[in-house]
Amino acid sequence: MSQDTHNHSHGHDHSHSVGHELPFWRKYIFSTDHKVIGLQYGITAVFFLLFGFGLMLLMRWQLAFPKQAIPLIGKLFTEDGVLSPELYNQFGAMHGTIMVFLGVVPLGVGAFGNYLLPLQVGAQDMAFPKLNLLSYWVYFIGGVIMLASFFSPNGAAASGWTSYPPLSVVADNGQTFWLIGMVFLITSSLLGSVNTIVTAIQLRVKGLSFMRWPVLVWAQVVTAFLLLLAFPPLEAAGVLQLMDRLAGTSFFLPSGLVVSGEALKVSGGGNPILWQHLFWFLAHPEVYVLILPAVGIVGEIIAVNTKKPLYGYKTLIYSIIFLGFMSFIVWAHHMFMTGMGVTMSTFFQATTMIISVPSIIILTTYLLTLWGSSIRYTVPMLFAIAFLPMFAIGGLTGLPLGLTASDIHLHDTYYVIGHFHYVVAPGSLFALMAGVYHWYPKITGRFMSDTLGKIHFWLSVVAINGVFMPMFFMGMAGVSRRLYDQTIYAHGAAAQPLNVFMSYCAWALAVAQLPFLYNMATSWKWGKKIESNNPWGGTTLEWATASPPPHENFTTPVEVFRGPYEYSSNKKPLPQFVQEA
Amino acid sequence: MSVIIPYIDKPNPVTGVTNAKLGIWLFLASEVMLFGALFSTLIILRSSATDWPAHGSDVLNVPLATLNTVFLITSSVTIVLSWASLKMKNLMKFKLHMGLTVLLSFGFLIIKYFEYSSKFHHEHYPSTSTFYAVYFTMTGLHGLHVIGGIITNLYLMGPGSKMWKTEPERFTGRIECAGLYWHFVDLVWIFLFPALYLL
Repeated sequence: MSQDTHNHSHGHDHSHSVGHELPFWRKYIFSTDHKVIGLQYGITAVFFLLFGFGLMLLMRWQLAFPKQAIPLIGKLFTEDGVLSPELYNQFGAMHGTIMVFLGVVPLGVGAFGNYLLPLQVGAQDMAFPKLNLLSYWVYFIGGVIMLASFFSPNGAAASGWTSYPPLSVVADNGQTFWLIGMVFLITSSLLGSVNTIVTAIQLRVKGLSFMRWPVLVWAQVVTAFLLLLAFPPLEAAGVLQLMDRLAGTSFFLPSGLVVSGEALKVSGGGNPILWQHLFWFLAHPEVYVLILPAVGIVGEIIAVNTKKPLYGYKTLIYSIIFLGFMSFIVWAHHMFMTGMGVTMSTFFQATTMIISVPSIIILTTYLLTLWGSSIRYTVPMLFAIAFLPMFAIGGLTGLPLGLTASDIHLHDTYYVIGHFHYVVAPGSLFALMAGVYHWYPKITGRFMSDTLGKIHFWLSVVAINGVFMPMFFMGMAGVSRRLYDQTIYAHGAAAQPLNVFMSYCAWALAVAQLPFLYNMATSWKWGKKIESNNPWGGTTLEWATASPPPHENFTTPVEVFRGPYEYSSNKKPLPQFVQEA
Repeated sequence: MSVIIPYIDKPNPVTGVTNAKLGIWLFLASEVMLFGALFSTLIILRSSATDWPAHGSDVLNVPLATLNTVFLITSSVTIVLSWASLKMKNLMKFKLHMGLTVLLSFGFLIIKYFEYSSKFHHEHYPSTSTFYAVYFTMTGLHGLHVIGGIITNLYLMGPGSKMWKTEPERFTGRIECAGLYWHFVDLVWIFLFPALYLL
């Protein structure tokens, strides 16, 4: 293997060339360096996360104080400063779309995957650097289209992030923007996932067998397979919905549809449930796309900060693979209420119960790793530990939704929102924040401030639970999830104080992110310098090189001699890349 | 120092494939899911319809589509021959066979154009019925794949073939990948033909 590489390097020069000889725009804008592209993904994704969060902060005003003008900035949106029902729907749809497709996934997969995966397998770049460049810019264009839709005549898409027909087909032009934007985002994901899988499998250095891959590499590869195989059906569905909107077809429009009192002039014969199947065939694996990179990041951080091998590494890996496989056959548990029949519901109820088993195994391996260890409470470790109960709450509250009987009551209420936000917000996002704190020294050569980090952590963990915990109670009180003003119903008015509390917590959560953003921005220049290239005592390959890594990642050849998380009996790390015991 | 990416022209001894070949197979897997979703759409719409609006064998031009099937299958043979010519170190023969492939694919598109225009002439549009919606969407998307293949093959036949002088193995690998993609486009048609025209 090394022989081959050696010959190759003398034979030809396929490489994109040296960092410092390139002009600025080739080095930082249209770079093919996976580290630069990773950072581009990261910065863009953080921007979109803040934007999507901002939309929700405005919506939370309307939810807490219905039909009152938004103070200070309300006049920017409407004449009287009150968030109109139309805008509320647009913000809701775009909040979901932006957070999922433009925020969390690009951060977990695009940023962490791009930056760390080649380093962790000992490669000098991704397998297809130009394709990598293309992936980022296609994603960027998709994002621009989504943002541009706010300025289209009737505003952005307003049919929810799920875009259920027939409403989405008869909706205003924003929906067309949404569909075209999605086609770009899907294409970007496809290119990126091919690149990830090929890099991880083909460019492994000598000695790095599959069962020596760090858990993050495994998580990224399984995620890439989910994106690769689950996204195309949504691309197909997007094309069909575009046809429905632009060419007047009736893929998702049944015969005899009446809109605003008039019969719709279409051929009919379509099936709106078909969209739901195609959509959830992507969107359920998508949930695991959101969570798996987070699971990988948390595994890395726990191993380093407990100075112990991960408990049951192989079981953990098999669980991740099984989870990925199962995620393809649970999608219709989102559709119990569509009347698809008892047989189908029972099947999807069973698979849903089965998929909770590997999730619990993953959590258990992490918990057992913590057990009896001397934990080093760094900021990333705090976030990683918080991830465990948060993800557990998110996962366990999903079980009543996966059981057909209890789903009848809970379906489409705030309970559902509480459930998946626990998985994605204090779950995935906490893990991603942990990753930022953990690998910041790798990327910049400087630490982020510990004090600011702890302020960020404690404020966030309190505020975020204040936002999402009451949702379970509100949902069980029967409040529907997409209501503009729930106080018009007696049961909604009774639960309204919870809404006010959640809104205050959401705004507090926003304030809690300020030290994080300040910390991220200023530590780049003024943070405490790291003393060694491996400040945390990490054992995986990304720590085998300088921090920040040079353009070609590894200046001397690296080789792997052991599993990813091995420590001697006195808790001294035994890095993968060091030969002597 | 410059970045070195291994296994661009020679296969990885552990996996037995080059990067590009693994990449194209993964890409094709995603394409299978894309067309799989469209075929599922056809199956679901047709099986749940009380009265399926039209049958392909009645309203579509089966002889023309048969000729198109012959064109595509032949082009799959010629693209393999073009790859084999490179294996035998014969660039001229490669260009000849690749040229034939491109000609046949143009032939396919021209026939498709006549089919489409005759449908439009009879005022059969995607909005006419669910059958025509499926017909135009699926053959249209397949047609886009044919166009993509033609662009790739023309590039590899023309400016792209310069690589033959500097990196013959890598170039041969590219032709193999283009061939795999082309076979896939062919295969989709082989499913489309009976599903839309015959059943």
